[in-house]
Amino acid sequence: MTLWTMVIKMSEGFGKTCAIFFLTLIFALPLGMVVALLRKSKNKIISNSVRFIISVLRGTPLMLQLLAVTYGPYYLFDISVSRNKLIPVVIAFSINYAAYFAEIYRGGIESISVGQYEAAEVLGYTRAQTFMRIILPQVIKRILPSVTNEIVTLVKDTSMAFTVSYQEMFTIGKQIANSQTSFLPFVVAGVFYFVFNAAVDFVMGKTEKMLDYYQ
Amino acid sequence: MILQMEHIKKSFGDLQVLRDVSLHVDAGEVVSVIGPSGSGKSTLLRCATMLERVDSGSIRYMGETAVSTDEYGNTSYVDAAALKGIKRYYGLVFQQFNLFPHHSVLKNIMDAPLHVQKREKEEVKAAAMELLRKMGLESKANAYPCQLSGGQQQRVAIARALAMKPEILFFDEPTSALDPELTGEVLKVIKQLAEENMTMVVVTHEMPFARAVSDRVIFMDGGVIVEEGHPEAVFGNPTQERTKQFLQNYQR
Repeated sequence: MTLWTMVIKMSEGFGKTCAIFFLTLIFALPLGMVVALLRKSKNKIISNSVRFIISVLRGTPLMLQLLAVTYGPYYLFDISVSRNKLIPVVIAFSINYAAYFAEIYRGGIESISVGQYEAAEVLGYTRAQTFMRIILPQVIKRILPSVTNEIVTLVKDTSMAFTVSYQEMFTIGKQIANSQTSFLPFVVAGVFYFVFNAAVDFVMGKTEKMLDYYQ
Repeated sequence: MILQMEHIKKSFGDLQVLRDVSLHVDAGEVVSVIGPSGSGKSTLLRCATMLERVDSGSIRYMGETAVSTDEYGNTSYVDAAALKGIKRYYGLVFQQFNLFPHHSVLKNIMDAPLHVQKREKEEVKAAAMELLRKMGLESKANAYPCQLSGGQQQRVAIARALAMKPEILFFDEPTSALDPELTGEVLKVIKQLAEENMTMVVVTHEMPFARAVSDRVIFMDGGVIVEEGHPEAVFGNPTQERTKQFLQNYQR
């Protein structure tokens, strides 16, 4: 098999890699905020259970979570494993990344000075207005570098979908490597991820620049 | 009467910060509150602006009750809707300015009138520009707080508070975070507001300023009002030993 055929075959799986990546971001970014706010809840039962869930999600391998979400329903409730693996893969990734994003958001929210809340309170903003108009915009600017870090990791983590045989790029590369007894597909995969992340860096860098107008 | 605070008590843990303090402010009055650190003056302002909850006592703005204590000693705040209505009567200028860093100067001033008071954009913008003119900061309308000096930031903060058209404006050590050169420009603005009969309560360490601008000076120490009266009386001829001592330390 020529290098070119490898690249073509693997790029067919690249669409699925992108599907995992973008769907995970779409679900995990907002879900993380919900989790962060629940984690900060004054109700001890809520905040402690969320804290526990976050520690489980961060303390166990993503690969294990992928297997659990994909095959768990079959073992637990005898529900047949869905043919479209994208659904369990995106669910597992979204939940796992939401846990990480939640902790980044929480750090960002807690870094905003109490004076900002007090100024907003005296001016009569409601709690929701204070969060949306005053706090959140400042939080986004502060957490951007950490979020970029997570996004870069997510690009590479999509390769873990091979554990449930979801036919994304890395899974295809691994199959080619096995059948051709060649290391070349892994090199190709490495180049794919590197280029993808270069694009992520570029976009996030531009976004950071956009928010550079204040300190 | 704009503000009536009666028998305010407030503790943080075991520390009693306010022990039965009463403060009345009439329309057009300028009241300065002086006293050593930890005397409770800032806490008094924070209670007046609902940033702290009092343990007991009552607070009324324009005759509307915000907090009251009944004969059994139970203290209760009015409901959120009533409190929101009362909030429009007062504004607060902080020691640390607390401008919104992500908003331009103009947006800092316009945002609350637009989104809290739901006023018309045209009218709010005209009012905001007028306030900036008054503060001598017209040219900074589109600047961001981080591009301004401390004195300029504090003047924007004053404009932001005034844009809400409060009946009374509180200042919590408005010049304590500024170097002496910038202090003057902020004090000048407050003086100008006093001449326009704006009702104000100013917690300050600027004694000459308090003496020149106030209609009444309050000296606080240890959570109580030790002495209160006309500035010439309090500064020129204090009756309490503690006041004399405090003022002497200042003149050195």
